[in-house]
Amino acid sequence: MNDHLLSLVLFTPLAGLLVLLFIPSRQKELIKIWANLASFAGFLISLPLVSRFDKGVSGFQFVERANWIPTLGAQYLIGIDGISLLLIMLTTVIGFIAILSSWNAVHDRLKEYYCMFLLLQVGMLGVFMSLDFFLFYVFWELVLVPMYFIIAVWGGPRKLYAAIKFFLYTLAGSVLMLLGILTLYFQYATQFGHYTFEISELMKLSLPLGLQQWVFWAFFLGFAIKVPMFPFHTWLPDAHVEAPTAGSVILASVLLKMGTYGFMRFSLPLLPKASVDQTIVQVLAVLSIIGIVYGALVSLMQKDWKKLVAYSSVSHLGFCTLGIFALNPNGLAGSVLQQINHGISTGMLFLIIGVVYERRHTREISEYGGLAHVMPKYAVIFAIAMLSSAGLPLLNGFVGEFTILQGAFEASHVWAAFAVSGVIFGAAYLLWLYQRTMLGQITNGKNLHLPDLSLREVVVFLPLIAWAIWIGVYPKPYFDLLEKPVQQIVERVRPGYYQGGVQAATRPGPGVRGRGPEVSGQ
Amino acid sequence: MSHYYTATDHFVLVPAIMLALFGCAILLFDFLVFPDPRQRKYLLFFLILGEGFAGYGLWSQHAHLVADGMNAYVAFNGSLTADGFSIFFNWIFLVATVIVAMVSYKYLEIEGEHHGEYYSLLMFAQCGMFFLSAGTDLITLFIGLELMALCFYVMVGFLRTEKRSNEAAMKYLLLGAFSSGFLVYGFSIMYGISGSTKLDLIAASIAVRSPFDPLVLLALATTSVGLLFKISAVPFHMWAPDAYEGAPTTVTAYLSVASKAASIAFLLRMFYGDLAPLASARPVWEPILSFVAVATMTVGNLAAINQSNIKRLLAYSSISHAGYMMLGLIAGNATGIKGIAVYIMVYTFMNLGAFMVLVALRRKGIIGEDLDDIAGLMQKSPGYALLMLIFLLSLAGIPPTAGFLGKYYIFLSLIETHHYTLAVIATLYVAVAIYYYFRIVRSMFVRDLTEKAPLSTSFGLRVALGVSGILTLAIGIYPEPFLKLAGTSLLH
Repeated sequence: MNDHLLSLVLFTPLAGLLVLLFIPSRQKELIKIWANLASFAGFLISLPLVSRFDKGVSGFQFVERANWIPTLGAQYLIGIDGISLLLIMLTTVIGFIAILSSWNAVHDRLKEYYCMFLLLQVGMLGVFMSLDFFLFYVFWELVLVPMYFIIAVWGGPRKLYAAIKFFLYTLAGSVLMLLGILTLYFQYATQFGHYTFEISELMKLSLPLGLQQWVFWAFFLGFAIKVPMFPFHTWLPDAHVEAPTAGSVILASVLLKMGTYGFMRFSLPLLPKASVDQTIVQVLAVLSIIGIVYGALVSLMQKDWKKLVAYSSVSHLGFCTLGIFALNPNGLAGSVLQQINHGISTGMLFLIIGVVYERRHTREISEYGGLAHVMPKYAVIFAIAMLSSAGLPLLNGFVGEFTILQGAFEASHVWAAFAVSGVIFGAAYLLWLYQRTMLGQITNGKNLHLPDLSLREVVVFLPLIAWAIWIGVYPKPYFDLLEKPVQQIVERVRPGYYQGGVQAATRPGPGVRGRGPEVSGQ
Repeated sequence: MSHYYTATDHFVLVPAIMLALFGCAILLFDFLVFPDPRQRKYLLFFLILGEGFAGYGLWSQHAHLVADGMNAYVAFNGSLTADGFSIFFNWIFLVATVIVAMVSYKYLEIEGEHHGEYYSLLMFAQCGMFFLSAGTDLITLFIGLELMALCFYVMVGFLRTEKRSNEAAMKYLLLGAFSSGFLVYGFSIMYGISGSTKLDLIAASIAVRSPFDPLVLLALATTSVGLLFKISAVPFHMWAPDAYEGAPTTVTAYLSVASKAASIAFLLRMFYGDLAPLASARPVWEPILSFVAVATMTVGNLAAINQSNIKRLLAYSSISHAGYMMLGLIAGNATGIKGIAVYIMVYTFMNLGAFMVLVALRRKGIIGEDLDDIAGLMQKSPGYALLMLIFLLSLAGIPPTAGFLGKYYIFLSLIETHHYTLAVIATLYVAVAIYYYFRIVRSMFVRDLTEKAPLSTSFGLRVALGVSGILTLAIGIYPEPFLKLAGTSLLH
């Protein structure tokens, strides 16, 4: 069982999909029930990963290896460490919730709809598990097609534009990333005499800085468009606004994390010299900070509820990339945690928008106001989601942002100062949104008789709320889980960091300055 | 067996003999045995039988090569060669011919032009392709080329009563004849340089000259014009969209796959390997062909964006595919040449597949070539729509479909030979390509059904489509055996 647990997790949605294909399209109830069961089974099967994962061990666990294309040196090689474990759990939970939330939201072409979500699930899980670059790339591209259809078929008025924009942007980035992958692959073959795509083998390469920089930029385009980092973010608001609710949830909660995951799993360990290169770190940090501040400011100005949340994603993901390129344990661990947090809280925010959109079919903020009077349960849940996104202590967002800021502060005080402003703006646009939609008197007559949340709708939110509170109150298990993998990455890009700077890792403060000279951003 | 016709000669020639024999037999049977037009579909069995014998000939050539541990059998004093290269390409031609023949009978009945000579023409054209891929002598190659081209001129104009088809045939004939003239002129100069028509002797004579020698340059320029015309590379691509659009769809499929594969084989025989006459002139042609390849991808991809006729769109996309294949030659290492072989192999299935869906869209009274005609196909015939999606994803090169592997090898070969700029251009055109391929997908999946008439299908079409679809996915998901097969095709 343990031998193939990971494959089981990976292929459960696919098995669900294959069965779904044989259910006639007329059986709408059956299709819904089966899709929900399949995604719930996917979640249940992923649970043993948590209980059997040994956080004291560094390196990858549940590793499965099989020859796939020996001619190319590509293998079916999957395995997880603490980082991928968290992202996989996020995927299975959010995947189930997204499908559950679609029960009443989607009415036509149900079979195709659920097939697309299950296929998407396979692709995302594969991305987070692959330890072979070829396999990774296949899953990475596999994600694009179902997401295109989810936006293009079940989306809003400008769905076609948004869908193809999403596809073209991310595809252009990923084919350039492919060139980077092939460069590493070829360099490995010239140095070692045989071809392989295995990540841990490719890490043995020693490449000159110049080449590493080129490959880094190729990877950067692939990952940064996916994240999306400023200035590659323009596809995101379109895709979010047009996508159906469940599509937005998956897109924001999981899909964007593929980019940040790529930076941590591939860019940093494979290209250590380029990753600590002055220019590259500076550029990445500055782009992250612009993303944080710009995303927050643009959110403040939005009149469309969903677009506001979409731009807030740009801001939050800016924190995640800033944490990565702080290149210290706090930054990296905080970044992973913040990716999970963003998945939870932004997922909830999109679900919340979906609830009123189903009832009123508009997302104009000015159409709402005073909803707390007619929808009290809804108001409470929205408040929790909003506060978790804004980073209120005792909720998840605070822990992640705080740790990232700690890491950023260690790397450069200036970065931290700018990033903090993003936290403040974040609180501003979220609270203002809440005030405009929930508080005060009901100004629009159409809102007078909106029904409150049904039991199913509440159930959709409960696991996410519980998770948000757990991380907010007791994040220690998460940091324990992340300690080893983060340590590995840091050792890889800044050898000797732990010998020379143990204090730096645990006690941020003035003593830090001057250490890690590569990244002092001042 | 005499001195002029040895056992080896016969062994190498068997596939071509079978094709020619059965092609003639079909002509005879057509009016002697099956005078009733409705019986003509039985001619398909003769074609398949003939292909079976030809396939057996190819298979035994391969088996003997392996058993004898040899690279090639040389026949007719060096005019014909059976090597891994020719055998691999002949398999491609064979598969393409069988698939096209299988989807044709119903289509031709609908067009009202179901004649027995169609099947003979297919086989004769394939016979020409055999000589193009196995020929190592200028005369043999030229005869092969003309045999193939003449059959195509007739087949493109096969819809006698239709203006489009006639116009296409006329354009193709005039331009084709013109380009053949260039080619022959180039051949005559090569003969002048070397005093021989054998490729290896010409190669030896040209190798001792400087690549910038005026005669070599002239031979290179004129030969290239003829060859680039055949693979529809820019700026000699003008005929392709018109010929593709006007020809019967089954012929378009055949033209875009088999004719292109044969011309690529011919191009490689002339430009790559120890025997290739023009291999030593690489310093001259590499920059020129790089430019041509980029121009071909640019024109093909950009012109495809605005097409509303799917056949024309696929015509432009096939122009851009020729550009990708040329990149493998420009890289010029083993990976690049293997890449061309893999590319041709996957291209055969995905491109034939895409055209077959168009064949099914042609119904009585409905031309079915426009983006509007395919609207809402997912609601009407989900199987066809999904297959078309697979073919289009593969044409664009998205994993896990077969098309990705073709592009993978081409990109890798460019990186290995440090052609980084070409690699970046080639990859970015993937994103352009996905845009126009997804115009078709959008029409099929997002738009509402406008045309309720059911698709015209036949047993042959369903089998051919199914096989192409399965292979397009299978090569993408488990490519190992197919890559090994393509690996046998390397030129020495």
